[in-house]
Amino acid sequence: MHALLHPWSETFMQLALLELVFLGVVGGIVGCWVLFYELAYSAESLAHALFPGLVAAALLGLPLLAGGVAGVAGAAVGIALVRRIPSLGADASVAVVITSLFGLGVLLALTPATPPGLDGLLFGDVLGVKRADVVASGVLALLAGSALVALHRPLLLVGFDRTTARAFGARPTLVDLALLGLIALAIVIGVRALGNLLVLALLVGPAATARLLVSRMARLMALATAVAIGASVGGLYLSYYASIAAGAAVAAVMVATYVVALAARAAADAT
Amino acid sequence: MTVLDVERLRTGYGGPPVIEDVTFDLRRGERVGVLGPNGGGKSTLFRALLGELEPYGGTISGPRRYGYVPQTERSRLDYPVTALDVALMGTLSSRPWWLPLSRHERTRALAALERVGLQDVAGVQFGELSGGQRQRVMAARALVQDAPVLLLDEPFGGVDVPSAELLSTLLDDLAREGRGLLIATHDLEQASGWDRVLCLNRRAVAFGPPADVLTLAVLERTYGGEIVTLPGREAGILPPHHHEH
Repeated sequence: MHALLHPWSETFMQLALLELVFLGVVGGIVGCWVLFYELAYSAESLAHALFPGLVAAALLGLPLLAGGVAGVAGAAVGIALVRRIPSLGADASVAVVITSLFGLGVLLALTPATPPGLDGLLFGDVLGVKRADVVASGVLALLAGSALVALHRPLLLVGFDRTTARAFGARPTLVDLALLGLIALAIVIGVRALGNLLVLALLVGPAATARLLVSRMARLMALATAVAIGASVGGLYLSYYASIAAGAAVAAVMVATYVVALAARAAADAT
Repeated sequence: MTVLDVERLRTGYGGPPVIEDVTFDLRRGERVGVLGPNGGGKSTLFRALLGELEPYGGTISGPRRYGYVPQTERSRLDYPVTALDVALMGTLSSRPWWLPLSRHERTRALAALERVGLQDVAGVQFGELSGGQRQRVMAARALVQDAPVLLLDEPFGGVDVPSAELLSTLLDDLAREGRGLLIATHDLEQASGWDRVLCLNRRAVAFGPPADVLTLAVLERTYGGEIVTLPGREAGILPPHHHEH
């Protein structure tokens, strides 16, 4: 019992858990939409594309959200421009821009001239989050939660049949843009904790796991959130007692949870 | 009273026109069948009416919004929605999109499901319903839209007999309530029981009461060389009054 409770007497563990709970709620629910809109790969690209924006914001002392917005806008303009190169196909131009932007971000974050700690944006440093970071994540999570409630009906309709959604009063392009904005918001919330490379674990993993087990939207979203928080708690224990990097531990527990759910589903299907 | 008036409509998907010279009208309480081969422009006509395609020429004077029953083959079966969830999608154009649903909308959606005989499966996943039940859910969603004109894109395609009979009665009732119905169909016999028919093959071949329009000459011009197979009958194009009952 002592071993279970002991980690949570430490302030840095409490803050880490709170930070991951905010990410888990937003990531779990946004992840369900990512899954049904088949945007997992786009979400990964988006995380990489807005990375230089995040680094620049951290260097300039601006809020990460501002950097995230600038990063997404920069990536969109970049893709639009590079697409004009006739010899380059559409998917190649996206790949070129995303890779270049991510490289630029890594360069900015890891050069000797930049202050220490920015590599945390790449790999995450959930045990080092400060009270102010957690408050900022809480505010962003509240913002994302409100947007998810407001957008629920249009998201449900467009995901069901986008070709006819207009006839029922939805605008698929605007709904897509809103969803991309929500994904970017989830990435900004999670980047301090898990880093640009691992944040996808809590954006795609929980929903993918929940989908193996339940089939109603409300239950999916509730279970995905629970899975995200569960993996966070498990990862923090693992990190605390095995002394391994917390972000990697959370991602590892998430993947393990998915594999267990997959096996459970296969066993259930077999009987 | 005319609820939809289309004059010399010409439209397409940005390239050459897919349909041109389409003129017809729809009155309150009327069932108008739209007949034509695959690729003849039935779905294109519907998309133009719904405002998804801009007319290249001609005019459409219709209501601000339509009730719409799309073909069900396109809907996803792995999507986590119940029959009630789908019916509730019909409220998006009447209740502001950012507001959560109220009890009023749920009552309306349940009433619509009851009207298509599906009140008992309201909580069942859409993908687990039979093809005929799915089509009835789509009809319920259009009922929730509560529009003066309904567009139905092949509502009888892949539908079991009880569902087809129920839908057919529903269409009659809706017309009696004073709504205008435009129904794309492959079923000549069924269309011959409706008020008027529009024969469409890239242009309006003919428009008028079935008795005047459904002649061998018109059907040959409508379907060209395409052989139409009528379920349970020999293959071929047969005007309805030549059917043996």
